[in-house]
Amino acid sequence: MSDFLQYLLTGLGIGCAFALVGSGLIAIYRVTHVVNFAQGGFAVIGGMCASSFLTAGLPHGVAEILAIAVAAAVGLAVGVVAIGRPGTSPRQGLIITLGLGILAYAAEVLIWGDQPRSFDGVPGATTLLGVRVPTQYLLIIAVTVLVFALLGLFFARTDVGKALSACAANPYAARLVGIGVTRMGLLSFALGGALGGLAGVLVSPVQQVTFDSDVLLIVNGFAAAILGALTRPILALAGGLLLGVAQTLVAGYGSGAHQTDVALALMLAVLIWQAARQPTVEEAR
Amino acid sequence: MSGPLIEASSLVVRYGAATALDGVDLHVRAGELVALIGPNGAGKTTLVNTLAGIVPPAAGTASVRGRLGVVPEGRQVFGSLSVDDNLRLGAWRLRGRDTSAIYELLPELVRVRRQAAGSLSGGQQQMVAVGRALMGRPEVLVVDELSLGLAPIVVASLAAHLRRLNAETGLAVLLIEQNARLALRLCTRGYVLESGRIAASGTSEELSRSADVVRAYLGGVPT
Repeated sequence: MSDFLQYLLTGLGIGCAFALVGSGLIAIYRVTHVVNFAQGGFAVIGGMCASSFLTAGLPHGVAEILAIAVAAAVGLAVGVVAIGRPGTSPRQGLIITLGLGILAYAAEVLIWGDQPRSFDGVPGATTLLGVRVPTQYLLIIAVTVLVFALLGLFFARTDVGKALSACAANPYAARLVGIGVTRMGLLSFALGGALGGLAGVLVSPVQQVTFDSDVLLIVNGFAAAILGALTRPILALAGGLLLGVAQTLVAGYGSGAHQTDVALALMLAVLIWQAARQPTVEEAR
Repeated sequence: MSGPLIEASSLVVRYGAATALDGVDLHVRAGELVALIGPNGAGKTTLVNTLAGIVPPAAGTASVRGRLGVVPEGRQVFGSLSVDDNLRLGAWRLRGRDTSAIYELLPELVRVRRQAAGSLSGGQQQMVAVGRALMGRPEVLVVDELSLGLAPIVVASLAAHLRRLNAETGLAVLLIEQNARLALRLCTRGYVLESGRIAASGTSEELSRSADVVRAYLGGVPT
């Protein structure tokens, strides 16, 4: 039982990182309809930058926030290339982000090398329900819950958040009332970058980050986002947590080699389910 | 008298090889109610999009002096957002986003202000679209197909609102309509747009007496 609880809590922690990556994908997709395949790279950049800033002597807190800001700036830069040119279609944007994600490998190897990096997070372990769990996992869960709550407030209570939703709902009408749809798209890329960077910063102390860690994160983040139909962050949170827990249980009771298979199988199942539902929805119209 | 608020001069708009507007001359002065009638595909919505700066002219000019408000064809409300949010976003370009004046003007919206705009009836959505456009405090309002898909009683109510706004605030209106009878009754003068060209223009009375307009747009029965 104690093993199970330990897997559950660590799985929730890892699932939070997947949910953050997934919510970044959703933030971008809702406004621009671009599936951003560079999203996992933002997490790698976040983790790597935090590691470098800490090594350079910056204190905890400052280093992590700065790393997230760098990831947001990289997100913005990716957005400028992917959607900045008028007339770029979402499909073209998708291919551009895929290309930039691969280009990022080269840049990351040049800057940080090809060796895994990590840094100290919150030290120690906490006893919860009779199980000792590294405190960093609890921090990941707490920060993720807070960020999702803030995201909910941002979209529901602020005019900028509503303008982002308006661009997602009806870009034509948004332009008619003077909302800069491209500018909002770039803002969503910056937000996606920050969310990805946050995932990297939170998870790096418990899982070493390498230049190609983005694959695991984007596969799982995408699977989580697919659960939320690429539009609903709260469902992506549920999907991310489900994936994190399922993978930790598979690794704990079975083999760690099959962790990613869980995400792929879940993603496939959801896509088949959604495809099966589609004709029914269209017939209902 | 100051210059027109809306002025299209020898305006040409193309989509690739297709010419949507071909040498259109049109103007709307402050305080005027002007109709633009024409069949489907005549280029009416292209003119709206050009005036709004969404579609660039290939030749000629389309200038708007003063603030422009647009009520787009098909309402185009932000369906997932509340009525109140839709109205507030109408003032996106401005600092003040107080919606109370709009609720005074369109009291029918007060009861549904917290509802998602997409869940409202067509008439209510059209009212939201009008309110959203008015939130930008326009000097000229372009209304694209006010009556489309709405019951006559709803259209009559919306038309009365527009007439009152024009009379009380001097708001200029360019009413783009397939329903020529409504447009010519509401407006003082108008244009007929056919295949991207202005086929006729004049006061509403003149257009209502024109044999071509009566035959093509008024079902053979003068207003």
